Amino acid sequence: MTALVLQAVVSGLLMGLIYALVAAGLSLIFGLMDVVNFAHGEMLMLSMFAVLALHGALHVDALLLLPVVALIMFGGGVAVYRLLIARALSVASNRGMVQIFVTFGLAIFLRGAAQFAFGGEFRSINDGWLSNRTVALGPVFLPLPQVAAGLVCLLAFAGLLALSRTEFGRALEATREDRDAVALIGIDRDRIFAFGWGIGAATVGVAGTMLSTFYYVSPSVGLNFAVIAYVTVALGGFGSMLGALAAGLLIGLVESLTALALEPSLKQVGMFAVYLLVLVSRPRGLFGKI
Amino acid sequence: MTDARAPAPAPRRPNAILRRRRRELALGAALLAALAALPWFISDVYTQNLLILVLLYAGLSQAWNVLGGYCGQVSLGHALYFGLGGYTSTMLLLDLGLPPVFGMVAGGLVGGVGALLVGWPCFRLSGHYYAVATVVVGEIGYLLFINWDFVGGASGLTVPIAGRSWLYLQFGVSKLPWIYVTLGFAAAAWTVAYLVEGSRWGYSWRAVKDDVTAARSLAVRVFPSKMAAAAISGFLTGVGGAIYAQYVGYIDPDSILAGSFSILIALPAVLGGVGTLWGPLLGSAVLIPVSELSRSYLGSSGSGVDLMIYGGLIVAVSLARPAGLVSLFGTRGLAGGRGRG
Repeated sequence: MTALVLQAVVSGLLMGLIYALVAAGLSLIFGLMDVVNFAHGEMLMLSMFAVLALHGALHVDALLLLPVVALIMFGGGVAVYRLLIARALSVASNRGMVQIFVTFGLAIFLRGAAQFAFGGEFRSINDGWLSNRTVALGPVFLPLPQVAAGLVCLLAFAGLLALSRTEFGRALEATREDRDAVALIGIDRDRIFAFGWGIGAATVGVAGTMLSTFYYVSPSVGLNFAVIAYVTVALGGFGSMLGALAAGLLIGLVESLTALALEPSLKQVGMFAVYLLVLVSRPRGLFGKI
Repeated sequence: MTDARAPAPAPRRPNAILRRRRRELALGAALLAALAALPWFISDVYTQNLLILVLLYAGLSQAWNVLGGYCGQVSLGHALYFGLGGYTSTMLLLDLGLPPVFGMVAGGLVGGVGALLVGWPCFRLSGHYYAVATVVVGEIGYLLFINWDFVGGASGLTVPIAGRSWLYLQFGVSKLPWIYVTLGFAAAAWTVAYLVEGSRWGYSWRAVKDDVTAARSLAVRVFPSKMAAAAISGFLTGVGGAIYAQYVGYIDPDSILAGSFSILIALPAVLGGVGTLWGPLLGSAVLIPVSELSRSYLGSSGSGVDLMIYGGLIVAVSLARPAGLVSLFGTRGLAGGRGRG
């Protein structure tokens, strides 16, 4: 029994790291410009298809594709900002809703595009270095892909933290604090926003690449992860990186323990209940700024 | 109309708002008459079905508009009230034999109570926190219904055949009566929005939408205002859910509680014009045919082109007409007092 619980705890935390990284991209974009990207799940889906396509074409292991996919997603994020979001932010009226529904329309479009390009069936990559291997930690057996994914997500968080120390990171933080004042000290706000979208999308690209080593890929795979990402971000507090990490781990843990205690089909009810409970007592989430 | 020609009793300037409201009402009545006559010219089932869906979504998104548009609380969880309405009327019919005409009202009441229960904790949240919370509440409802065997679980419920009767809202293969059922629903939702727009509540809600702090300083009771909007919105959405359940004859969590319905309910209002009287109908009249036509002509192959068109349309309309398609006609309604730009 203890081994079972221990197993659930560790694999919940590993999944939680992926949730956290997906949420980090969303949170970063939100913190920067008050935009909730409702196409975030579809960006995850696209990065997984990018891995699938490149893996099929080049026969390279998914792990080696990590930087390539991150770079592609960075470009994609910048493009989405320049083509759609910049315009959505400049509308004269109704800005909040335009932003929600532009990204929502984009999500539907991307899902259709993925279905058009790759077909609707479920696929997976299972011939990588990591595939079908497990590691034993005492009584706990863990699939190697999940362990690797957890580690890479932690590294990505460290990278995000390191980024905040650089010149760009400081400009990012300044823009987040006061988007009008930064123009006075020579920061190009538009460029920072585009960069933020690039980083946010690249973060999702890293999570998507690692996820594709052990999870199925289909045009609708993003839906589920998106809902979890919104919950994670709201639970941790919109705009807070640390909040995303803590909330992601908590969500992963609660999900896996609910599945163990109740039924696997109810696993998400537990995490949603925790989220609602926290939000009732702390309307801005665990680490949200008031 | 002859009254309008009579000399005004007092030398005051005519009240522009009242005049506009009278014009809206006349337009509404004329449109209702036209739509009531329209079915006589439509004989093919496909177009009839299209008209039914347009009217149903016009009513549903008008219901959403009461909370999301006039009161500014962007709910992305209306599928819950929609599903509650559908499940309530269907369960009452199955277990107690209650005709859906009454079950519809019960479904609306459950939807309204549901909206109040969701509003109680969620209205403390603002902006994106509120929107995300409604998504989550909707998802919880979906998951609970899938695992709840009493209401059929994942396999759903089938509406029993009860012969042709208005009481049971069953008309065999004829779709004509359904056009009138959904027209009645859309007209009722429109009337509610019309009454609300001119009422004290309507003004409170728009004040809450524009600036909560300012509204509070004008003695608007913010929380009760939101709760009232939620109750009305939830009630109408529940009634719509009951009608939908009866129309399709079969419900399961995926077909009535899925999160995508929340968006489908909100979209016509958003694209047509949020917080306006005509936005939901206009949005529905554009969006539903595009979605249905692209699905039936392009979607059958599963190629995804239909989704690309649908998604692209949403993006294009949102960016090109941020105030909604209504702004094409220069009708801002009372809500958009500040207008565009």
